[in-house]
Amino acid sequence: MTAMLRLINVSRRFGGLIAVNNVSFELRAGEIVGLIGPNGAGKTTLVNLITGVHRAGAGEIWYGSERIDRLPPDRIARRGIARTFQVVQPFPLMTVLENVTGGALFAGGVPTIRAAKEKAMEHLTFTGLSHLAERPASALTLANRKRLELAKSLATNPRLLLLDEVNAGLNAAEIDAALDLIRAIAERGITIMLIEHVMKVVLKATSRVLVLHHGELIADDTPGNVTRDPRVIEAYLGSKFAARYGSLAP
Amino acid sequence: MMRVLAFAVAVVLVMLPALADNYLLRVATTMLMYSALALGWNFIGGFAGYPSFATAAFFGLGAYASGVLQTKGVPMPAAWALGGAIVAVFAAALGRAILHLRGHYFAIASLVVAEVLREITNSATDLTGGGMGLNLPVLSLDVTAQARLFYYAMLVAAAAALATTALVAHNRLGFGLRCIQQNEDAAIMLGINTLRYKVVAFVLSAVFPGVCGGIYASWVNYIDPTDVYDVLLSVKPIVMVLLGGVGTVMGGVYGAVLFLLMEELVWRNLLQFHAGLLGIIVVCLVLFLPHGLRGAGWAKLWRRRTGEAAP
Repeated sequence: MTAMLRLINVSRRFGGLIAVNNVSFELRAGEIVGLIGPNGAGKTTLVNLITGVHRAGAGEIWYGSERIDRLPPDRIARRGIARTFQVVQPFPLMTVLENVTGGALFAGGVPTIRAAKEKAMEHLTFTGLSHLAERPASALTLANRKRLELAKSLATNPRLLLLDEVNAGLNAAEIDAALDLIRAIAERGITIMLIEHVMKVVLKATSRVLVLHHGELIADDTPGNVTRDPRVIEAYLGSKFAARYGSLAP
Repeated sequence: MMRVLAFAVAVVLVMLPALADNYLLRVATTMLMYSALALGWNFIGGFAGYPSFATAAFFGLGAYASGVLQTKGVPMPAAWALGGAIVAVFAAALGRAILHLRGHYFAIASLVVAEVLREITNSATDLTGGGMGLNLPVLSLDVTAQARLFYYAMLVAAAAALATTALVAHNRLGFGLRCIQQNEDAAIMLGINTLRYKVVAFVLSAVFPGVCGGIYASWVNYIDPTDVYDVLLSVKPIVMVLLGGVGTVMGGVYGAVLFLLMEELVWRNLLQFHAGLLGIIVVCLVLFLPHGLRGAGWAKLWRRRTGEAAP
């Protein structure tokens, strides 16, 4: 399989803090890859580098055959890389339908507002929000706001979707529903990178897991191997507990 | 019903010079100018949500550009159009420089532009007459004909501003601007080139005040820097749009009419305190009517008066 996204020795520092340090990896078309790491490991910074919100201080980011680490974020979005935000970012006074219409109209490349609305309605049906289409986005529950983020991202017609903690703050039932949705998105042929804290989601949904710690990539392996990797356990629990527990799997 | 009403208003506006005396015509001309200024501000301040205080800068630059062009022999209507074009180019360059600022920072940056232009105008004595002001060529028309001419000129400017607003509100540009207004970071992630959208909105918010400045200069025949770069020219349109409804199509027009009524009725009797009253109105608007008079809950009030139950 060909690499859809390739990072080569990417680094980014904020003042004295090296948020992302010399990270290299590939995402292949059709994969669901997990990105995990303790708080402050640089996961969200990495997403911001790929989407062009921050510029990489060093290294290269390739999307297919195009180098994208110097492109502005709106261009990258139009190229087909979408992301959801860890803290949901709706247009609060617009209706749910209008929120999603924006995605279809701009990065999604639908020429007219009317056509974009129709397209948006399909995405709302797909994400199970169609009954809330005319509600203002600010009236939704957290779980539905997370779904709205997904619907908006899908409306931009992405080939690569970066999901930054779409399951944070959800209860067990909501997480299961979100997992089904993520799998359904993957079945449409969209490559997914899941940034997650919830290990259950990572283990169930992904075929490969990247682990960041202090900005460095310390593991790139199958979920099973990653949870048994002593360096990963140490990163999460510290060396004392790492010696006591053999595995991170719940 | 609304269509009939709008048509009737349009007919009255076109027929007004034949019906009204020169005082009323003068008030109506001012009302149209205010409408154009408010509609202009609504592009950047209402749709995009960027609190611009640059209206006075655009108005003054338009007035001076058109005035200077006329003293160099350019015919009046061409000078108005050229003045508008100059202001548009200026706004595009200025927007690229300051539209990456958000909130208060943008407001302050836009506020100083008029001051800078005023100082430049003051010092460029050869071209503008400096603090002495600029006399425009006198038209060889009688008073009534002049009043009618400038009334129609402002009517065209205001109608163009309204038509552009209606167009923008229902197309891609307006949709994108509303996204920017509500959440700029999310708008970027939807693939909106936010800087370009904001610059277009800023240029639209500049063109109409710029053209109005040119027409105003010819109308009053004499301009000076303190008059056309007056900070009130930046504040009044904002108050009007706040009154009429931020980010709506007709908000600028309703607000301009209401504001002018207040100005004519109340302020004439409050010569010492009219600026103070403006301040009080702004504070009350922000505190009690953040969505303008439209959002004041008239329906609720009406139901309470008539004793109807809420639906």
